Amino acid sequence: MINLAARPKGKRVLLMATCLCDAFFDDVARATVEILEHVGCEVVFPENQTCCGQPAFNSGQWHAARQVMRHTARVFAGEDPIVIPSGSCAAMMFHGSTLEFENEGDLAEIERVGGRTWELADYLVNGLGITSWPGEFKSRIAFHRACHTRGTDSSPAIHRLLQSIRGVEIVPFAEGEQCCGFGGTFSVAFPHISSAMGELKLKHLRAADPDCIVSSDMSCLMHLAGLAKRDGQPVKVLHFAQILRDALYSDGKTTH
Amino acid sequence: MAKQLIDTFARRLPGDIRTAVHDNSAAGTAARYRALGDDYDDYDSLRRLAGAIRQHSIENLDHYLAQAEESLVRNGAKVHFAVTAGDACRTVSDILQRAGVRSVVKSKSMVSEEIHLNAHLTAEGIESVETDLGEYIIQIDGDHPSHIVKPIIHKNRRDIARSFEREGLGDYNDDPAVITRRAREFLRGKYLAAGAGITGANFVVADSGRLVIVTNEGNSRFCLAAAPVHIAIVGIEKVIPSDADLAVLLNLLGRSATGQQLTVYTEFVSGPASAECSSGPREMHVVFVDNRRTEVLASNCREILRCIRCGACLNVCPVYRQSSGHAYRSIYPGPVGAVLSPLLAGDKFKELADLPKASTLCGACHEVCPVDIPIPDLLLRLRDKAHREHIPSPGTPPMGGFAVMGSHPLVWRAAMNFGAAKDYVPMLDKLPIPYLGAWLKTRTLPPWRGGKFRAWMKSRANRKKEEYS
Repeated sequence: MINLAARPKGKRVLLMATCLCDAFFDDVARATVEILEHVGCEVVFPENQTCCGQPAFNSGQWHAARQVMRHTARVFAGEDPIVIPSGSCAAMMFHGSTLEFENEGDLAEIERVGGRTWELADYLVNGLGITSWPGEFKSRIAFHRACHTRGTDSSPAIHRLLQSIRGVEIVPFAEGEQCCGFGGTFSVAFPHISSAMGELKLKHLRAADPDCIVSSDMSCLMHLAGLAKRDGQPVKVLHFAQILRDALYSDGKTTH
Repeated sequence: MAKQLIDTFARRLPGDIRTAVHDNSAAGTAARYRALGDDYDDYDSLRRLAGAIRQHSIENLDHYLAQAEESLVRNGAKVHFAVTAGDACRTVSDILQRAGVRSVVKSKSMVSEEIHLNAHLTAEGIESVETDLGEYIIQIDGDHPSHIVKPIIHKNRRDIARSFEREGLGDYNDDPAVITRRAREFLRGKYLAAGAGITGANFVVADSGRLVIVTNEGNSRFCLAAAPVHIAIVGIEKVIPSDADLAVLLNLLGRSATGQQLTVYTEFVSGPASAECSSGPREMHVVFVDNRRTEVLASNCREILRCIRCGACLNVCPVYRQSSGHAYRSIYPGPVGAVLSPLLAGDKFKELADLPKASTLCGACHEVCPVDIPIPDLLLRLRDKAHREHIPSPGTPPMGGFAVMGSHPLVWRAAMNFGAAKDYVPMLDKLPIPYLGAWLKTRTLPPWRGGKFRAWMKSRANRKKEEYS
């Protein structure tokens, strides 16, 4: 068990961009860098990073998952906080990894890396003690709590930051505790249930008539946006880091 | 490509059943939130305490089970231990045959479903009538429960009215009050005629030897009112240390199961009827059933034995809501069943190894569990077990290539650049590409941006270097 309360809080941070941002959502990774630098962090991006290995872990292929995690642990070795713009990858680092290594000789090494890992909002609010965010972002936001942030401080942290931005209105929607249906390889192994869950989520989200759907995880948002687009009724999705970054621009505090 | 059975079941599920299961489950979840939130500022702490009590109970089961036996015997009950389902059934039928009983009334018990007790008793020529209304309807329909607390969550009142008409319980009438009255009238006669009452038990208290039975219909009390013999069938994991623990567990059970502060009836049975009682069972038997629970206890999924069968994890589970309990092909459906059923299957683990896959690992089950069972962790351990035992998993991509990419940064970066090719493949969603095809059938993929962020970081770093130099 990793003691999350004992994670390092320094301002030199290693950024784990996540494989999804690496492949699809570069703007989310950029926004992450910009907001971290805005709060005075030195952001280091280890070039050799790949993935947290969760796809293999969730598929039960733990041997393959450990191979990826061992690589990741080497790439992110050190003392500084590791910050990730994803609750799911962060949970893989500080929880999933301890499961897949529970019978392995190098568990302690893996736990040391996990014990330095923060989801982005958790780091901003509970690591750095930031309680409000400057700037303006005029939008009705439906905030989808990504499932892998359950039981962590990420969701309240995101709420706190978003609510402090001028112009942000967070709108509630039905069955908010429910999953979007993505589940990684679940979405291809159980395509019917996965889509049905996503459609139900979209139905509730649309009923709240938001300007955009916001979350801590691009995996959920990729699923929802992908369903909505195929359905012919696209929805706008944003990572909360993009909103924080855009709010900064509104105050003219950041230069490109 | 081979399909996951649960996904196929969900796809074929009639819309009215899906709606019934979804709406009833969602209502159950909402009731739970209200009941816990209204009464406790921090019910998460209570869940963790209950989890610790149950974990302590199962980790010291050897002690508490022996203590429970001693207490029960002291209270005048006879105690039996059954290793297998067959042993348990024979133990029950032997007791009944020795007492010359030809008909029994039963209150709801999941372990009796697990060991197929009714089928065994019927084969032995003993009539066994379910008296919980839901279970009675299941019995006359030759159906199986699809929820551990609400066995007929998949049926509507019109289905039930037709069943009653078929069974000769009156003309078609789908008014729930009429259905309930007819069942009550029919069952009253059965209670009076029965030679034995069979119940389960929600808890067995080791230090007092008390059985605790919770119901909402009072049927278990009727089962014990007139019958001269009481047999309780209990999984060995139901033992808890002391009466004081009930203060935590009962408060959570009713609220988690049905959103009630307490179920309508909570019975404490401390032994057979005393000589001063004018009626009630003179003979009381407790049959402790193992049926592979000791194997579960020895496994890395032992936390599942904490379960107090509230059904909150079924209610909240998005996969259960889409697929219904019958999709799980076992007595225990939903998240708890996806862990417990394959484990209880023993050497038939393979046949149910797909159940732990039927989850997005969203963790809602863990969040609502009154005894804090880390169900997603257990599902993951079972996925690992299935993979190590080389059990095929339809639709799940092999991860060997991913492992190579994920541990070789040059290969990874090359793939990031190469992935852009997907945006230039015409009719990508029409191509029979394994796994990707399943995604693209109902969803699009965003445009490929592989390598863009890395390039941005690099150019930024160079710019900064220039600024400083």
